[in-house]
Amino acid sequence: MEQISCQVLVVGAGPGGYVAAIRAAQLGLDTIIVEGDRAGGTCLIRGCIPSKAIIHAAERFESLKEHQGGHMGLKVDGDVSIDMPALVDWKDKIVEKLNKGVEALLKANGARLVSGWATFLDGKTCNVTDSDGNKVAHITTENVILATGSKPIELPFMPFDEENIISSTGALDLEELPEKIAVIGGGYIGLELGCALRKLGVEITVVEGLDTVVSIFDAEIRRPLERWLKKNKVKVHTNCLAQGAEISGNAVELSWKNKDGDLVSETFDKVLVTVGRKANTTGWGLEEMGVKMDESGRFVAVDSQCKTNMRGIYAIGDLNGEPLLAHKASAQGEMVAEIIAGKKRAFEPVAIPAIVFTEPEIVSVGMTPDEATAAGENIIVGKFPLAANGRALTLEAEKTGGFVRVVARESDQLILGVQAVGSHVAELSGAFVLALEMGAVLEDIAGTIHAHPTMTEAFHEGVLKTLGHAIHTM
Amino acid sequence: MGIYAFRLPDIGEGVVEGEVVQWHVEVGAEVDEDDALIDVMTDKATVTIPSPVTGKILSTVGKPGEIIAVGAVCIEFEVEGEGNATKSGEPNDEPEAPAEDETPEPASEPVEQPKPAPEPKPVPKPAPEPVSQSQTSIPSSALKGGTGVGGRALASPAVRQRAKDEGIDLSQVSGSGPAGRISHADLDAHNEVGESAGGIQFSQPGEPADGTTEIPIVGLRRKIAEQMTKSYTEIPHFSYFEEVDVTELEALRQWLNVNRTAEQPKLTYLPFIMQALVKLFKEGHHGCNGHYEDEREVLVLHNAVNMGIATTTDRGLYVPVVKNCEAMNIWELGGELRRVAGAARDGTATLSDLTGSTFTITSLGRDGGIGATPIINTPEVGILGVHKAIERPVVVDGKITIRRMMNLSSSWDHRVVDGANGAALVQGLKYLLEHPTQIL
Repeated sequence: MEQISCQVLVVGAGPGGYVAAIRAAQLGLDTIIVEGDRAGGTCLIRGCIPSKAIIHAAERFESLKEHQGGHMGLKVDGDVSIDMPALVDWKDKIVEKLNKGVEALLKANGARLVSGWATFLDGKTCNVTDSDGNKVAHITTENVILATGSKPIELPFMPFDEENIISSTGALDLEELPEKIAVIGGGYIGLELGCALRKLGVEITVVEGLDTVVSIFDAEIRRPLERWLKKNKVKVHTNCLAQGAEISGNAVELSWKNKDGDLVSETFDKVLVTVGRKANTTGWGLEEMGVKMDESGRFVAVDSQCKTNMRGIYAIGDLNGEPLLAHKASAQGEMVAEIIAGKKRAFEPVAIPAIVFTEPEIVSVGMTPDEATAAGENIIVGKFPLAANGRALTLEAEKTGGFVRVVARESDQLILGVQAVGSHVAELSGAFVLALEMGAVLEDIAGTIHAHPTMTEAFHEGVLKTLGHAIHTM
Repeated sequence: MGIYAFRLPDIGEGVVEGEVVQWHVEVGAEVDEDDALIDVMTDKATVTIPSPVTGKILSTVGKPGEIIAVGAVCIEFEVEGEGNATKSGEPNDEPEAPAEDETPEPASEPVEQPKPAPEPKPVPKPAPEPVSQSQTSIPSSALKGGTGVGGRALASPAVRQRAKDEGIDLSQVSGSGPAGRISHADLDAHNEVGESAGGIQFSQPGEPADGTTEIPIVGLRRKIAEQMTKSYTEIPHFSYFEEVDVTELEALRQWLNVNRTAEQPKLTYLPFIMQALVKLFKEGHHGCNGHYEDEREVLVLHNAVNMGIATTTDRGLYVPVVKNCEAMNIWELGGELRRVAGAARDGTATLSDLTGSTFTITSLGRDGGIGATPIINTPEVGILGVHKAIERPVVVDGKITIRRMMNLSSSWDHRVVDGANGAALVQGLKYLLEHPTQIL
């Protein structure tokens, strides 16, 4: 067993941990990063990246099928078929490429990756064991960055077997397409996967406990998605609570209480459970470190510098609370490395963008009109439809009824938030969040020339609309 | 009517709990928004928390000395409209677990954990307002620059990072951009001027100026100019400063003023200083009360003490003289001082009133100051500047106490008065002023 001592120990090589390790090493700190799985974390191995690959493949399949009947003057003769093992393999190659990339970056920057699972003995010491339980290293460190991430929440009465009852992880590795899937939990993870599977031809039934799907968004933003779900015959049962699942062979009989309180059941090939994620706070000695949890008890309590109550112990990313987003984790990882290196930093972003890759895509940056009003702001709001954007039409991105919506303060026209819904709008998020971080007022965006023909013009026009003088809409 | 549960706000970076120092309100009180509610002490500062709402206080948690956690409900208000909570003890108003060893009022019913939110919320919580190192109150909206999302200072990430690096509190910087956005140039300006208090807008500078105004230097002004040039060019000055504890002198002065008769003038510090100087000139410091006649190379020491008193008048600086101070008691000194100074001011002074001084005092009292380098009234050999007496913290017997302190500035003609002599006189003066019964 190797004895290692270092200045910075990072636990978990997800988008928070690996970024923290690279930055710490760049700053000349002697850095060790411990990861039991492949480097890359949920995001890269079983989250953002593989799901986007499958979503893209599903889009391609859907459009190929559209061309079977002839579309745009393009016609596909014969069958369009799906080879799931090949699709999964294509997706795995992307993941592998990025995984190797992360490992190479760690190495190139001088952060050493130790393979194995860390178990803390106290706040500054841990053992690392391999998957067979053999101790491979004993590490003592001056600073610890905890970046252990999160995992899907399991329903106690229908635990994941990844065969019949699957998590988002299982949904990304389907070797065979089922005919009928039930999705429990109509949040963004369930609907991203649900939309993709629907495009691949799977019948989808969503069982949601609240009265709407993706309830983090307001009704106006949700509407294009709800329309798509309806048009594509995705059954959505809201105000329904799953009660249990009876597995018989390759079928699952799922029962739930409907909104009238009656128990109903239906048989599916698989049930995908996406009811949220929980921080990985147990099983690796967190309780030995004297670190305080937050009020909910679900996350590690941190201050604006991601410091825990214990000196020299930091918690970043999903482990310290919502939003559970890779880019939040990365930003915090970078910041904590700089704090350890003696720089003055605090995690005080104006906005953390949230993006959902459903059909259509949804972007929300900063405050929605409701949130701004609740915060006491007097606001003006402008909405520009993608149907009036030339580039959107050439991409057929207007078909899902999307728009860009701008929320600004009435008095000084400071942009408080921007939301967009529509095909391909995720790529607009950078412009939105840049506007917010730079403290842009409406005239800043109005006075910026946006290239034609691009969908970014929709942001420009949304701002003009907010100012009351949009050009391309009435 | 609704219930508004007020949770102890995040009162500073990393502060997780605070000690109750003092309540400004009690249960049943009607408070307005921004009224002071409670003083909470953290390891960084004592913070006065203002009321976020207008309403009636239904309950409070935490007695002075107790610890409250940030985020714990510390006050419940009854407010107009809906409020943000139900009565305490019900599920959506889960009181914070009490901090170790401190037991606030127990919740009336067992409380449930709130249900986990179904999905991550995309909007970040507003960050805490920075708290300075001293007694601070948190204004509900008092930022100088523009306010961004969540009420924070409006600035780009690079500007915010620079502010962090340079330890600048952005809420104290005026932003010149649209919506009050703070730029790098604003930080430069802030660093240059330091920071002026409050939300001050700098006045607009005027147009570049041109032209001059000529004032002929004639009459008394010319005389003063000549005298000053002569004094300053011919006399090698040195200056010496001291501070004097006049607490007891002040008590004596007050007592004398209270018990004076109708004819006796109200005494300032000057008669005491004059009388102390008389005593010093007689007892070993005779060399400071003289004229140096440099052409003859003779130092003429005077037995009479004729004290010149530098006096500002509408027409310029005059030095009326109190003659034969050595033959007067404190009341007479006070009376004569008043007379000659008044005569100088209203232009009725005789030539005799304005000539013949052997030593000069320039009282800088009203203008305060901590030190000056007075110019000797030639051909005298010394001059004493007297500064305003103010209460200051000083160390007495190892403790910091408040004493009334007065600074003295003196200048001497180094040709005939050495440093030791000038200093000795000032030290003697200090001793007498600090033991004022020895003056009288």
